[in-house]
Formats: sequence, structure tokens, C-alpha cells
Amino acid sequence: MDDRKTPLLDELEKGDWPSFVTEIKRAAAKNKSAADLLAQLESSYEENIGHWKHGGIVGVKGYGGGVVGRYSDEPEKFPHIKEFHTIRVNQPAGFFYTTKKLRQLADIWDKYGSGLYNLHGSTGDCILLGTTTENLQPCVDELADIGFDLGGSGGALRTLSCCVGAARCEKACIDSMQIIHDLTLHYQDAIHRPAWPYKFKIKVSACPNDCAAASARSDLAIIGIWRDAIRIDNEAVRAAVDNGFDIFNRVIRKCPSEALLWDTEKKELTVCAEDCVHCMNCINMMPKAISIGREQGAALMIGGKAPVVKGAMLGWVLVPFIKLEPPYTELKEIIDKITDWWADHGKNRERVSELIVRMGLANFLEAVGLKPLPQMVHEPRSNPYIFWNAEEVEKRG
Amino acid sequence: MARTDFGPPDYREMVPPIIKENYGDWKYHTVPRPGVLRHVSNSGAVLHSVRVASPRLVSSEWIHDICDIAEKYCDGYLRFTTRNNVEFLVADETKLEPLLAELDEKDYLIGGVGLSISNVVHTQGWIHCKSAVTDASGITKSIMDEMTGYFTGKQKVPARLRIAVACCVNMCGACHCSDIAIVGIHRTVPRINDEMASRICEIPTTVASCPTGAIRPNPKLKSVEINPEKCMMCGNCTVVCPAIKIMDPVNDGVSIWVGGKVSNARTAPMFSRLAIPFIPNEPPRWSTVTAAVKNLVEVWAANARDGERMGEWIGRIGWERFFKLADLPFTDKHIDDFTHAKTTFRSTTQFKF
Ligand code: SF4
Ligand code: SF4
Repeated sequence: MDDRKTPLLDELEKGDWPSFVTEIKRAAAKNKSAADLLAQLESSYEENIGHWKHGGIVGVKGYGGGVVGRYSDEPEKFPHIKEFHTIRVNQPAGFFYTTKKLRQLADIWDKYGSGLYNLHGSTGDCILLGTTTENLQPCVDELADIGFDLGGSGGALRTLSCCVGAARCEKACIDSMQIIHDLTLHYQDAIHRPAWPYKFKIKVSACPNDCAAASARSDLAIIGIWRDAIRIDNEAVRAAVDNGFDIFNRVIRKCPSEALLWDTEKKELTVCAEDCVHCMNCINMMPKAISIGREQGAALMIGGKAPVVKGAMLGWVLVPFIKLEPPYTELKEIIDKITDWWADHGKNRERVSELIVRMGLANFLEAVGLKPLPQMVHEPRSNPYIFWNAEEVEKRG
Repeated sequence: MARTDFGPPDYREMVPPIIKENYGDWKYHTVPRPGVLRHVSNSGAVLHSVRVASPRLVSSEWIHDICDIAEKYCDGYLRFTTRNNVEFLVADETKLEPLLAELDEKDYLIGGVGLSISNVVHTQGWIHCKSAVTDASGITKSIMDEMTGYFTGKQKVPARLRIAVACCVNMCGACHCSDIAIVGIHRTVPRINDEMASRICEIPTTVASCPTGAIRPNPKLKSVEINPEKCMMCGNCTVVCPAIKIMDPVNDGVSIWVGGKVSNARTAPMFSRLAIPFIPNEPPRWSTVTAAVKNLVEVWAANARDGERMGEWIGRIGWERFFKLADLPFTDKHIDDFTHAKTTFRSTTQFKF
């Protein structure tokens, strides 16, 4: 083992929460780049500053992305992380693994990389943390042999991810895992060969609880909903209430659209389906008694992103309801229209929502062939500065 | 020739048989104890998911450890959650208690389900990112050492609370929509190496990268110049042009944001809002940050009603009372001056004293 001291990082091996420092040390016991990583991090802790340089472009044959180049700014001091690139490996839908696959992955990474991982990156990829330029190609080739392909990076369709959905959740309105697996295979070229103004992310949550944080973290969020009434089993409702569950304060009063009616005498819960905004609260609170409706599909939300450049955005409604059955033809058509329009008009490093704001939502809708709907706005505009097309007014003179 | 464009392994080969058999046919779930989910299907099948904390940055040894456990109790199947916890999927109910006992014995933390503070979604920090203003892993570890009781269910919270850490304003992860977010920020104007910029900088891209239009070309030097009065130190220009540097170990640090949420339950998704504009970096323990987060959690937990998330609680009591209860100063930094500032201004005489 290395004899360099790490007193600051050693502090972070104390305490109850599992320690990343311990993990780096475990890898460092057999890998020199992990040992240098630990030493460089210790000097960042001493000096309050990072020690990574702007990355050069590195990659593997046939792909334009999936690998992020990283170089230490003190290669003399930390020679084994002179090059310390990450490989983004596309995770299986829902983050399910067999131990056999995980162990195979670990064996390959022990051979070519630092033996360190992020399980998982924010977008969803399994991140292999740190290898040299020379090792990239053989590592990726061996990963391919065990069935792991790369994920996305750069101006590409990024790796898709989703909530656990139908695999294990009674609230799933759509099959989130099947959808992202299908789209991932369909859009392999867009994932591997960046051809767009900037990144484009798709995430799927199978209900409005949005466990994949799709509306905050993806340009196109696919969120399962239903169109008919929630199903109420009043036997089970009574059982919960008789058991002391505070239905008034936890359910009735919390319904955002006052869609629920409670008959105190009969102990009967009813819903006015037109008023329900499918927020999930009553279902979350009483999972045995209340369930999602039968007419299931998804809402498409466009535009979620982090602050850079024009401010953070939450996805807003683009399609209030769409049925989603394989092969998802209608969905793919909408995705193609959106990304084509954006590729045509977007500036370098302009996210799709920034482009929509710049060009106007109405123009965007026309370009992708969607009708304006009241669901798309909180409320209509308050200013009179309206654009009219020449065709919409009577010709004069 | 290497095989390309084949995508990830098929999830159908990664899920345990009980999930294959009951796929899309689950009836309800309960939480029999903190960290454990009991799923019951329409056919009567029962699956237990046992959730365990992970540091996210892990080694091959750690992977083999959890694989050993999954092979012993779960026929070799496991999964990860969207907040980077591990879940052991137990199809054989008789193996549940022995699994929990072994996890306890090996000091794994079981929790992060339902009414709890689950894992911190965080980023690369000084471990791997060139733009990192702070270290995400160190802050996460320090905060969660304080929050372990809330993770395991020993300490109660009125609703779930999501914490996220991002090491710069790129806010990778869901910082902009978290109950509590810690975000690395700069406070000094970037410095330009003109000679280097003239060689390697794409001037129009660099100019366009600035959210406030503070950058303009400097044709004399074939470089760019920054108007310090317009610059709010977001660092975006340094991402596109390596000749511009912004790191400043003395003035860099973190900000704390509150009240965001993603779920649609009860209230619409909300953005996180600024609570504390600046705290210096204090590795290895970031004690001021940790104390501030603890204070925010405790004030909320003591005052919120059952089921009320941070942002919903603040929505009910108003920001004016939030700053009072949390004992935080309200400053000029809290007043928005970015593009859509006016949507945040209060356009009504409704307010609380
Ligand atoms: S988003 Fe909805 S369906 Fe998906 S895991 Fe969460 S609660 Fe279940
Ligand atoms: S899902 Fe939400 S909006 Fe609909 S009835 Fe239940 S609480 Fe009300």
C-alpha cells in the first residue's frame, strides 16, 4: 500500500454513513491510479481547489461519445492519474442486475481501470471511474463481449432512464422499463454519435410521483397518467379509517382540486373524476384502498433542465395524454419532429426549451404539428402583444 | 471489428423470476419496517425489497460484497434505486430475517423508504470534475453522518425530505427541485489568459455562453473581455473556454437552497429557492454547512404538519416566517435579478407579518 498520508480524508472514514474514502482505499490497495486519486483528493482538501484539467477529446472506434476525458493538472505528482477518463456504461432498465453480470463487469474494470465506480451517474449510466486512453478500446471491447454498450455524452441523446414501474410498483400507468429499453435500442445512433446542438435527455416515470425526477431532469419527460376515475374500494377505506387513519387531514383536505367527497355517516369516499388532477396523494396515502384508473397512458412534458444558460426549467405539458403501446410509433414520431426542429434551429449549446422560449411556444407547436391546448399553460397571456400572420387578417390595398 | 449499437443488457434477463411472473400485476405495498417494502401481487405473490445505503462511489470489492449477499438471500438478483441505494429483492420470505440480521451485523444501513431522509443525490466534485467548486462526496458523507437516524427511521420526519448536492451551478442531478440543495458557487470574476485564449478559444461560443451578456470580443488581443459589473460568476464561460479560469480557493464555497420538489402529489413540482447565499468550503467536515442543513431539517420537522414537505410547509407559513423560524438573515442576495425575475415578485397585497 501507498505510504502517503491522508489525515483530512481519514476523518471521513469515521461516522455511521458508508464512506467513499474507504472505497477509494480498498481500490487503492491494488491499483496505483486509485492511490493517486486519493492523494490528489487530499491535496484538494488541503488547498480548497480541484485538480482536474479541461479534458481533451478521447473516444472509441465507431462512437462519438460515451467516454469523458479527464487529466490531472499535476501529472508529475500524480502520474497514474495523468489520464483518468470515465466510461459511461448504459445501465439495464430499472437498474436491475444479476450478480453474474455485475461480477463480470467488475473483473473487466479491475483489468483495465481504477476499480472505482459510480453506481450510478445522475443520468443513469453505470460510471467506470478512471482509465488511460490506451486502455479505453480494449476495455470497451471486452464490455461488449459481456453485453454492455456505452451510454451517451456530448450533443447526443443521453442514456435513458426510468422508475421501477410495472416491475414492482402498483401505481405504474405505463411500462417505463419496456419504453426506455425500446427507445434506447431504436435510437442507438443518436446516443452514440452526437449530432445535435446540445444534450437531449429522456426519462420515464410510470406515474405522477415521478420517481425518476423526469420533469426536472429531462428535456422530454414521459409521465404515466390515467384518464378515467380513480378506483376506490370503500371496504378498504373503512378498514383504514376504523384503524385510526386520519382520512380528513391526510387525504380529503390535501386533494389539490377538492375532487374527493367524504360521507362521514356512511363512511364512504367518492371522487368527482372531472375534478381530479391525478396528483397521486390519495393513492399514496391509501395504497390498499385507492388505485389508479383503468384508461392508462402518459403525458409528455417538454423542456426540463438545470440552470445553464437561461435558468432552470421544469418540463411543461406538451401532450396531455398519449397511449403507449409497443412499438411506440406515435411517440417516436413526436420525438423525431422535436429533435429535427431543434437540430435545424438550435444554436450551439442551446437546449430545446431555450430554443422554444426564444422562438415562441406557438411556433414550436406549429412546427411539430401539435395543437395548442389549455393544458399547456397555467393561464393565458396577460399582455396584448400578439403576433398575427398575414393570412389571418383580411388583405387590404 | 468490435460490436456496436447493441444497447444495454435486456432488463428481462436481469429481473428475478417473481418479478417476471408478476410484472404489471402488483396490487399494493406496505412498509413493515423502515427500509423494507412488502409488495403483494394480485396472484398473492409476495416480494420484499430491502433498501440499503450506498456511498455511490464504490470499489470492485464493494460490488463483490453486495453480490455475495444477493447470492445468499436473493438468488443472485439486486437493483439500485434512482437515489443510488441498493435493493435486495427477497422472493423467499423465510430469508428476510436472516438477511436483515446479516446486513445489521455487517453495518449496512437499512432505510431510505417512505417517511425518511433518503440518500443524497450528488455529483463528482473534486474527485472527477474540472468545474467543481466544492467536493460533493465529502459534503454528502458529512451531512449523512448527521442524518443517519432519519435514514434508518430512528428519528421521525413529517414527510419525505430529499437532499441533493451539486458541486457547481450546472446542478447535475435534481438540485433545482430538492427539499434541500447544496450548490457550489463562485464569488469572483473569471480571469482570462489572453494569449492562450487567442490560440484555443472559440470566441462566438464563449460570448454566447454568458447568461447575462457580460462577455464581448476583444479583437485587439483576439480574445474576449468580461464586464465585471454584469458577471454573476456562474463559470459557464470557463466550461467552453479553457483559457478562462474562475477557481478561487479563498472565495469559492457553497449556497443552500430549500423547498423544491418533483412529485405532483398534493402540490405541483417546485423549484428550490435560495436560503443561504454563501458558506465557505471547510473540508473535510464542512461543519457550517452540516449545521445549517441540520437546523433546516429540525425546524421543518418541528413545525410542519404530517405529510407536508419543506416547500409545502413554507408555502403555508410564508417565506417571511420561514426566515424567522430558521433564524436566517434575508439579504439582497435573496432578491432575484435574473431574466424572469418579475414572475417571482409578489403581485398582491396578501402577505403575513
Ligand atoms: S413513479 Fe410512480 S410508478 Fe414509478 S416507481 Fe414511482 S410511484 Fe411507482
Ligand atoms: S389523485 Fe389527487 S387530485 Fe385525484 S382525487 Fe386523489 S388527491 Fe384528489
